[in-house]
Amino acid sequence: MLHSPAVMHIPDGFLSLGVSITCWLITIFILALVLNHINRNFNERQIPLMGVMAAFIFAAQMINFPVAGGTSGHLLGGTLAAILLGPWAAMLVMTAVMAVQGLLFQDGGLLAMGANILNMGLLTVTVSYGFYRMVQGRSKTSRLVMAGSAAWLAVMTGALSTALQLWLSGTVQLDLVVPAMLGVHALIGLGEAFITVTTLAFIFRTRPDLLDGKTQTRGSRGWVLAGLSISLLVVILSPLASVSPDGLERVALQLGFLNSAQASKYKLLPNYSLSFLGQTSLSTILAGLLGLLIVTGMVIILARSLRRKGK
Amino acid sequence: MHDNVFDRYQPHDSLLHRLDPRVKILVTILFILSNILLPDGAWLAFGLGWCFILLGNLLAEVGVGYTLRRSLLALMFSLATVTTIFSIPGNALTTLHLGNISLVATDAGVLRFVSIMLRAWLSVQGAVLLVVTTRFPDLIHALEHLFMPKILVTIIAFLYRYLFVLTDEVMRMMRARQSRSASIPNVHGGGSLPWRVHVSGGMVGQLFLRSYERSDRIYNAMLARGYTGQIRTLFSHVMLRKDWFFMFLACLSLVALQFIGRIH
Repeated sequence: MLHSPAVMHIPDGFLSLGVSITCWLITIFILALVLNHINRNFNERQIPLMGVMAAFIFAAQMINFPVAGGTSGHLLGGTLAAILLGPWAAMLVMTAVMAVQGLLFQDGGLLAMGANILNMGLLTVTVSYGFYRMVQGRSKTSRLVMAGSAAWLAVMTGALSTALQLWLSGTVQLDLVVPAMLGVHALIGLGEAFITVTTLAFIFRTRPDLLDGKTQTRGSRGWVLAGLSISLLVVILSPLASVSPDGLERVALQLGFLNSAQASKYKLLPNYSLSFLGQTSLSTILAGLLGLLIVTGMVIILARSLRRKGK
Repeated sequence: MHDNVFDRYQPHDSLLHRLDPRVKILVTILFILSNILLPDGAWLAFGLGWCFILLGNLLAEVGVGYTLRRSLLALMFSLATVTTIFSIPGNALTTLHLGNISLVATDAGVLRFVSIMLRAWLSVQGAVLLVVTTRFPDLIHALEHLFMPKILVTIIAFLYRYLFVLTDEVMRMMRARQSRSASIPNVHGGGSLPWRVHVSGGMVGQLFLRSYERSDRIYNAMLARGYTGQIRTLFSHVMLRKDWFFMFLACLSLVALQFIGRIH
């Protein structure tokens, strides 16, 4: 099989009209900003480069490695594109990849394409580049480690955002879809992290000039802020969604994302009380933050030990 | 590599093939929109929607069941929504016992699940019909006429053009990996998982370098032929009377479908 469909591509029919259109509007808004930036700062030389790089991401997704029991993993590419091309070009490249997957292979729907571009293109690139930007110009090891963590986090971000869109459409129940999507993608994300790191390590060995050279379109420090705030949102929302889904449902209802006709289909917990909810969500958020701190600590320790080994 | 490995386009000269690509894109999007707008359990309207698809297959002269066969793969995603059967309150149908968790399948849940599946399945078939009857370059050219920014169209055109070239590159690399992966029967070969990932990562890196160098060559060649940032095309899409007529008829049918879906 030349083309393996990814789990995250949402087909048409699974998202409600409101969610589809909202996602399209967000995607169009971000793409308008990107196109505006690119028109101002790019020359026509970069257009063929972006086109060929989009084909590269597409073709690289075919390179698979057997995992176990007949399953195989492969690259998704958002993080790699962000690091190799810079955030602006990477967003356009990933959009083109998503568009062709949807149009040519029916891998993801046409009305749902806005959501798919947002989840797997724009969010992934923002999170990845935001994290990678923090270590730009630092040692090779810290850049590789950061690229790996960024790849994992980017996959988780896309998965959570997909799960939330499905839930807001009334297609799935929140407390089932969030743990399921995050659980599966924690593994897919590991594969993505490993293959992103090994790919970058290869390029570091062969053409290090390309990793801080002319292929990239540098983004400002603002990307760090964007990447960090999206990841913080993921860290806060994922435990909240899986432990106390009713809390999130209530927020969505109040903000008008979820219409009441759909919400009334779900039964609220019998022992539902405000103090109970506040305590639970607060403690899970703290647990999530603690988890992030532990992961960051581990990454730093790993980076140090690797650096020592490198010398 | 021949382009028909990827491309779903079926060369033919049917009514649907000759239609203006813009009309086909708009009608497909309206059809998908109509599927999403249909209420749960509008079986008659879903059935009529499938009749439209069958009619499309006939008009495209690809065989009645063509889109049906092509649509099954895209439904893998549906597994994600199986939980819907158990999560919506309603009258209990059956109960599944998994350890100490018991799942209650409700009639409302089944109704919603089947409706979502039908919507997705009809929409995929509509999209298949679009790419089966439209050449991809025509498709993106039409998208440019409709709403897509020029720079994105150019990138997608390049992606499509070099997809086949780079896929050939990938096939060569996979064949090279295969030919170096000899193993003795009944002896575990192939190394550990990290090692396998490492090899794949090396291949992706190699592919990147080759693509990057190729894009340099491509740009120089394009400059030599007078490229100034504009992509030119010989096809100028003109809306004929039959295009307008088809669009009008399709819109009318979809509006009728919405009415049928809402009467019980």
